[in-house]
Amino acid sequence: MIIELGHFSMALAFAIAAIAAVLGFAFWRRHGQVTPYLRAAAVLQFLLIALAFGTLIHAFVNADFSLALAYQHDHSQMPLIFKVTSVWGSHEGSMVLWISILVLFGALVAVFGRRLPEDLLALVLSMQALLVAAFTGFTLFTSNPFLRLDPAPPEGQSLNPILQDIGLAIHPPLLYTGYVGFSICFSFAIAALVSGRIDAAWARWVRPWALLSWCFLTLGIAMGSYWAYYELGWGGWWSWDPVENASFMPWLAGSALLHSALVMERRNALKIWTVFLSIIAFSLSLLGTFLVRSGVLNSVHSFAEDPTRGLVILVLLALIIGGAFTLFAMRAAALRAGGLFAPISREGALILNNLFLATGLAAVLVGTLYPLILQAVTGRVISVGPPFFNLTFGILMAPLLVLIPFGPFMAWKRGDLVAATQRLAGAVVLALIAGLVVFVWSGHSLSLAPLGILLGIWVSVGAIADLIDRGRIGRIAPNESWRRLAGLPRSAWSTAIAHFGLGICVIGVVSATAWSSELVTTMSPGDTRSLVGYSLHFDAIDDAPGPNYSAERGQFTVTDPSGGTRVIEPEKRVYTAEQQPTTQAAITNYWLSQLYVQLGEKGQGNAFVVRVWFKPFVLCIWFGAMIMAFAGFLSLTDRRLRVGVPRRRAASMTPVPEAAE
Amino acid sequence: MTTETGAATIAPRKRMGRKQKRLIIIAGIGAVLAIALALILTAISSQVVYFYTPSEALAKHVPVGQFFRIGGLVKDGSWQKDGENNTFVLSDGKGTITAHFTGILPDLFREGQGIVAEGSMGPDGSFQATNVLAKHDENYIPKQIVDEMKKRGDWRPDDPQAALEQMQ
Repeated sequence: MIIELGHFSMALAFAIAAIAAVLGFAFWRRHGQVTPYLRAAAVLQFLLIALAFGTLIHAFVNADFSLALAYQHDHSQMPLIFKVTSVWGSHEGSMVLWISILVLFGALVAVFGRRLPEDLLALVLSMQALLVAAFTGFTLFTSNPFLRLDPAPPEGQSLNPILQDIGLAIHPPLLYTGYVGFSICFSFAIAALVSGRIDAAWARWVRPWALLSWCFLTLGIAMGSYWAYYELGWGGWWSWDPVENASFMPWLAGSALLHSALVMERRNALKIWTVFLSIIAFSLSLLGTFLVRSGVLNSVHSFAEDPTRGLVILVLLALIIGGAFTLFAMRAAALRAGGLFAPISREGALILNNLFLATGLAAVLVGTLYPLILQAVTGRVISVGPPFFNLTFGILMAPLLVLIPFGPFMAWKRGDLVAATQRLAGAVVLALIAGLVVFVWSGHSLSLAPLGILLGIWVSVGAIADLIDRGRIGRIAPNESWRRLAGLPRSAWSTAIAHFGLGICVIGVVSATAWSSELVTTMSPGDTRSLVGYSLHFDAIDDAPGPNYSAERGQFTVTDPSGGTRVIEPEKRVYTAEQQPTTQAAITNYWLSQLYVQLGEKGQGNAFVVRVWFKPFVLCIWFGAMIMAFAGFLSLTDRRLRVGVPRRRAASMTPVPEAAE
Repeated sequence: MTTETGAATIAPRKRMGRKQKRLIIIAGIGAVLAIALALILTAISSQVVYFYTPSEALAKHVPVGQFFRIGGLVKDGSWQKDGENNTFVLSDGKGTITAHFTGILPDLFREGQGIVAEGSMGPDGSFQATNVLAKHDENYIPKQIVDEMKKRGDWRPDDPQAALEQMQ
């Protein structure tokens, strides 16, 4: 009965969204009358979808196997947290999560968008309603999560063991929030194109949404990367897999959008480009969500394939993305305005940023789609791996990293490159010294790694130099400097912090790629092996059964180069419900570096294959990403975003950055 | 917004006309785009990795040392392990290739399972795998193998495992 209630409320949400979309687009010019209804409809869609989502969670938590989806992915023995997360462990359930976030964003715009011009608000809410109608319709008609089984099976088939991990509670919600948040930017772009009205204020309204989505996407990608790193046992954190690329492309577009919206807000330029990026960012998000489900890719992320569903997805994507670009092509010329400016200026630097991000994005897009297109056209099967992306994306990002620290030192309208270089002299020297030290330490290797470290340090130190310069540290009294720094706009702080985080991330990527050490060996209890100064002693192997699995747990004592010891326990588990083995690697941190131990096949006697990695500074990758996301959330609290609404608490549309862990 | 006059009053030393500015910007953008295009084209012609089934790899006489991906089913009874060294036979129903791999095989690696391996042919005609992928779905069969089976009319979506056995 409860499940039917959820089914019914989702169907009702579909109907309300469809009606709201049709009426909204038909009568948006009479916004005074139609907008209150559209706002009410947006809130109603949210409440109904939340109810539908709640009934699914209820069924999963209570192990109600009369729900087909619960039968397929739930199990009475699973811990509570995994019962909840297994709701979105399947294609159908993850669609409901996706839609829940979509309607949440729509409701947020409806509630906190009161200061928006009414015609713009009407169009934005109509577009959101159209998206809600399209995707609830898709879910109800091709992937219905509410189907029942009669009679109800006594026990469920359980969630894929690889997904029985806290990662499933964190990664998809963060990633989907990032993806779906760009729908607001998309709707704003459509609204601008339909109404033909776009100005600097438009950029000021769009930017917080872009920023919010970008923060969540940053965290979502980083958490997904770390999850794969510790769970899949391959020791890698990024493999340029098509699905990883699909999440990375909207991130690149979103990063470009954040920067171009700044130019539009401050200089009323780059309008058409900013609208274009808003459309691109969400189009790529859709690609990221649905390419996985269409059956054209095979990947870790593949869901069960269904040819009709794949076709519907491709048609839906073609309609939404194609429709948006058709509208763009028809109306963009009417938006023409915007000025020219000096190449050497803050806006010039931001354009360079966009140029490199966009070409990097194009390279990733080509590398991701080319194999699919080639196979569809010629039938030849190829894959495009890391060498392609290193050669294209990697090379295109190098000049961007060189240029980043100059940006914040450039004044709007007219920058002074010589003065900027002078003020960055300290950072230049420091980065060069660091690069040289790394070069000597790594044995004069002619690889690109020392250069990469140099770039990472340059970007980080350059960001600190920006703050030092703004606070005039060392040139005026310390308490005066402190007062200046405390008085800086939050956006200035967040620029510096985000760029600092990027530099840290680059250092981690380069170091973990270039200087990881690996050892594959066979060990029996009592054996000792060593890797780059760390010695590993195999103490014992024990049985360690869990609630729904049996396991063999190895006990190893690690002695680090300074003589300290610690015990780590990698496991091999076999999940009883599906008789599937999984490997739980043991990972231990040495400051920012990690030792990663994986227990493999059992051989004769008690001999096990053991794989050990040492990954120097690998934690910088994820810390860097978290610093970037933190900077984004900080920027959302900037006073500038509140300007124009002195009476209302408009900034409350920016949520508290509680998801930052 | 910033027009010729605006720029001229701010930067009296460098008098830069509207056309010149536009030219510089367009030339800069054009240069970056050209470099990007050149990079992508070079990389796509030299860095792609081909995927073959065992029979295709045999028919094409892939040169020793050339990196490629191979997808097939692990033949029943063919997996031998000596510590961390594994040897197994990959089959696509029409041809077989012996593969060697040193390291930890994926959790779902087992005989009868479809897998994808990356590596190159050794001088002895066997495949030297540097990486083995078994997807995290117990019914996983490489898409290319499914396509092959569909072509031959052996594909049984209701019971992929039976279709596989029939193929072996």
